[in-house]
Amino acid sequence: MADGLILHEVAIARDDTPLIALDRTVGPGDVLTVMGPSGVGKSTLLAAITGTLPPGFSLSGKIWLDGHDITRAPPHRRRVGILFQDDLLFPHMSVAQNLGFGLRPGGTARDRTRLIDLGLMDIGLEGFGDRDPATLSGGQKARVALMRMLLSDPCALLLDEAFSGLDAALRIQMRALVFDRARARRLPVLMVTHDEEDAQAAGGAVIRLG
Amino acid sequence: MRTTVSWGALPVLTLCVLLGPVAAGLWGTLLPAFGHLPAAGQTGPTLAPFADLLAWPGLARSVWLSVFTGLTATALSLGITILIVAGWWGTRPFVWVQRALSPLLSVPHAAAALGLAFLIAPSGWIGRAVSPALTGWDRPPDWLIINDPLGLSLIAGLVAKEVPFLLLMTLAALGQADPTRSLRVAQALGYGKVTGWIRCVLPRVYAQIRLPVFVVLVFGMSVVDVALILGPSTPPTLSVQIVRWMNDPDLARRLTAAAAALLQLGLVAGALGLWCAGERLAAWIGVRAIARGGRGRGERALRGVGLSMGLVGAAAVLGGLAGLIVWSFAGFWGFPDALPDGFTLRNWSRQAMALKGAAADTALIALAAVTLAIVLVVGCLEAEHRRGRTLTQRGLVLLYLPLLVPQTAFLPGIQTLLLSAGAQTGAGPVILAHLVFVLPYVFLSLADPWRAWDARHGRVAAALGAGPGRVLWRVRLPMLLRPVLTALAVGIAVSVGQYLPTLLIGGGRIATLTTEAVALASGGDRRAIGVFAVAQTGAALVPFAAALAIPALVWRNRRGLHG
Amino acid sequence: MKSLFALAAVALATAPALADADPADWAAVEAAARGQTVFWNAWGGSTATNDFIAWAGGRVAMDFGVTVQHLKLTDTAEAVTRVLSERQAGVDEGGAVDMIWINGPNFAAMKEAGLLFGPFAESLPNWQFVDVDGKTVQSDFTVPTEGFEAPWAMAQVVFMHDTDDLPQRLGSMAAIRDWAVANPGRFTYPQPPDFLGVTFLKQALIDITGDAGALQAPVSDATYDAVVDPLWAFLDTLTPALWRDGRAYPANGPAQLQLIADNEIDLAISFSPGEASAAIANAQLPPSVRTFVLDAGTLGNASFVAIPYNSSAKEGAMVLANFLMSPEAQLRAQDPEILGYGTVLDMEALPATARDAFAALDLGVATLSPAELGQVLPEPHPSWMVRVADDWMLRYGTGQ
Repeated sequence: MADGLILHEVAIARDDTPLIALDRTVGPGDVLTVMGPSGVGKSTLLAAITGTLPPGFSLSGKIWLDGHDITRAPPHRRRVGILFQDDLLFPHMSVAQNLGFGLRPGGTARDRTRLIDLGLMDIGLEGFGDRDPATLSGGQKARVALMRMLLSDPCALLLDEAFSGLDAALRIQMRALVFDRARARRLPVLMVTHDEEDAQAAGGAVIRLG
Repeated sequence: MRTTVSWGALPVLTLCVLLGPVAAGLWGTLLPAFGHLPAAGQTGPTLAPFADLLAWPGLARSVWLSVFTGLTATALSLGITILIVAGWWGTRPFVWVQRALSPLLSVPHAAAALGLAFLIAPSGWIGRAVSPALTGWDRPPDWLIINDPLGLSLIAGLVAKEVPFLLLMTLAALGQADPTRSLRVAQALGYGKVTGWIRCVLPRVYAQIRLPVFVVLVFGMSVVDVALILGPSTPPTLSVQIVRWMNDPDLARRLTAAAAALLQLGLVAGALGLWCAGERLAAWIGVRAIARGGRGRGERALRGVGLSMGLVGAAAVLGGLAGLIVWSFAGFWGFPDALPDGFTLRNWSRQAMALKGAAADTALIALAAVTLAIVLVVGCLEAEHRRGRTLTQRGLVLLYLPLLVPQTAFLPGIQTLLLSAGAQTGAGPVILAHLVFVLPYVFLSLADPWRAWDARHGRVAAALGAGPGRVLWRVRLPMLLRPVLTALAVGIAVSVGQYLPTLLIGGGRIATLTTEAVALASGGDRRAIGVFAVAQTGAALVPFAAALAIPALVWRNRRGLHG
Repeated sequence: MKSLFALAAVALATAPALADADPADWAAVEAAARGQTVFWNAWGGSTATNDFIAWAGGRVAMDFGVTVQHLKLTDTAEAVTRVLSERQAGVDEGGAVDMIWINGPNFAAMKEAGLLFGPFAESLPNWQFVDVDGKTVQSDFTVPTEGFEAPWAMAQVVFMHDTDDLPQRLGSMAAIRDWAVANPGRFTYPQPPDFLGVTFLKQALIDITGDAGALQAPVSDATYDAVVDPLWAFLDTLTPALWRDGRAYPANGPAQLQLIADNEIDLAISFSPGEASAAIANAQLPPSVRTFVLDAGTLGNASFVAIPYNSSAKEGAMVLANFLMSPEAQLRAQDPEILGYGTVLDMEALPATARDAFAALDLGVATLSPAELGQVLPEPHPSWMVRVADDWMLRYGTGQ
């Protein structure tokens, strides 16, 4: 099977009324942008891919990721990362604990600490490990959220209006950061947005729903 | 799928814990009521117990008392609650009202009643404070205030404790009713604050607080400890009489008690029906009033009445508690001295042994019951989350059911069943009995904060590779530490304040702070009563203090959890 | 009295056996008692008594290794009910009640129903000191104890009065009535069926009725009205002059102490000559309180402890009962600073040191000396008071 994220005749219905249908492949390192008015089901599509569809919704079709069929897999085994509009850093954990939450099990404590420190350096927040997430600025929080996701070694990345909560300057920075990292790790990216600039910065295919 | 099935078992188990004892107890009451008590050599069916019940000369008056005090106390409590919220919602004094709620709620009913009894008796603190300066009394007047035949002091004792409870429930309901915008619209249309609130917000809110109001009504009609302390004694309310008959060595009285318990059940059902009819009437009047379009008069008076009644109630509870504290350290204290002749630690040292034993039993039962409750409640809420199904209205009624059936109707039945089964009485059955009453309150306390938790944290955690168990233990529970601890505190307070379950199911072997305090109440030794009432209140308050202190300590470096 | 038949039928069906504990072999009893826990069901409305029970528990724990748990009752009938229920449910061993502070109709009911272990009392080592001749310790409200209960305190009715407001003693029930009518709201008595309340009715009945001898025999319809009618006439005059116009009564004896301290009443009945002194010592009563007895004498009886047939700690209970009859415990109970109860012991039968200790004891400022206590009247047959109490409740109380 090919690499990347394959949505094979995926159709989502709410209480038997069809909502969304999609049949696309997102290759490694590519970005697929999904745009459309609110309520058309963009976030529901992401929920279907992460495996957290609310009750009352049904999914038909198949979802493949790097050769594995994840249509019925439980959410924590899908290796699909997601970023929301809010950073959603765990408020009861320090920055370092947040980053370490997604690390694969195994390895000594020193190895894990080293990985976390490398991650912090990578996003320019060296020494921020013991900080309370609530004391960080919006841009810093967004970077930590991204690194947390990357440290869990996902095989795909979903963006649910991930840049809408940032001001213009930060938005440009974050977009660059996210897409660079995704490309470097050859992650397929599915982005949901209603901002045209996001779509342009992504530079990939664009689907308009609704 | 297998995990979903096993999680689904938890709500079923919880329902069994809640409803099993009630059903068993009602069955254990139904049989003797119709003359069937093989343990006493009686076989039914026969209507003789009901005939005996009707032959009791105090029946009519006792029935009237129970219904009158219950309905009046509930109506007054609800009225005062509405006036307080309608008049003061969103203002600065209201913040103090909210802060005062937890401490007021955690004072157990028996302690509040004992404190009130000392405050308002003719020889009580108020009488002593104003004598002989203002009144010229050197002996107290011979006024029948406590144990008065109309049950007015009983009503006062009930109202003082039920207003904070209804306030809490109303505030929880307001969180979902969006009152601010409606009020703004109403005021823009020319309605006064109180009238606007009552006409626009109350209908929405009342639907949410209906079940708690029913609980207040049932409690008011069937309470035993408060009625023993404040209610009339010639004759007493029906619940008190039922407990008396249960303790009579003449076994025929047990059958009469069972018959009276069924009568109590019928009275409660009738009162609930009457209340629902009253709701319809109020709605009909309200619709007419709205149609007439009057903008409401006497706004200031209404607001004043509401707040002053609330303040009086809070002062009664807190003042009574203060009086008990003073008594526990008092030397000789005669009338009309406003304070004792001297202060001493003797009362505490005299009671130390008994206090230690009772406190240990109270703590054991409370902690065991609360632990079981929180495990079941968290399990049910998590099952709700994983299966995507929330508690329906019918489920909510089932949750409230142990609180809607009078304790005197089913606890004696459980006692009889336990005895017939030869089960050893002891801490175990008492813990289970307490669990039945603790569980609804723990659930109600935790449910809203639990469901209000941002589920996206869970999605993010799952995306990071955390299974549902890890999400629960590492993400959700730590973030909900304060609501969980508050729910535990509520559960402990409820267990500490329980009287009848400990008395009846414990077979007399379990002495908690509450049973001791009520047993001492009849002896009139205010020093001993003070010591036990203060200890009882402390046992209920300390967990609340912990629920505030522990999260502040644990999350002292986490600003995100300070709200 | 259907229930009495039921009790009798049950008693015939399963007679209790004096199986295990034989009090004659006292060494074996003490050995078996070590490590046992005795649940002593005793009225808990008086702090002074609770303290004494706790002290006794501490002493037997230290000397004999017996743990005592005091289960506080509001009414002795609760313990009787418990044992009865256990018998009905077939719990013949390991019952919840190990010892009961009991006398009067409760004892009569349990003895008739065969719910008691025994006889044991007269085999206890300290029985040798008990004043069998001078005090009514072998007959409980005209029912012979036959060793099924062991005495531990003597009680006699006295009246407490606050000399600040009522300086003189009142010599008869009629005098009390006249004083109450002249000073309305200053006297009351506990609400029957409380034990002390019924005692007041009993004392009034004995003092007022023309035919006291009839009270020693069981009640009969023929004699009842003639004997009791004067009591109703007395109460009809007295009740409107009572505290709270007789619409409410204190729940029990100690509640009256608080009323006197609150200056709500000036006169109250008590069943313990030393109670007033003990209460003054405890700052529960003002120091101006004194006691008096009636000219014609007042009622007296003994308090006993009995052991249910299904107790799980019979040996421990016997050790405790024996300790309660010991000179040490009796001396402490008589001390007005502690309890102020009368003793069941015969001073002549005691060793010299113990006799001296009793003689040296200061009985308290409000306690009458044994000479001043005067004539002790015997208790009437229990059947009288059952009927009188029921009728009182119909006429004045609408209680049970």
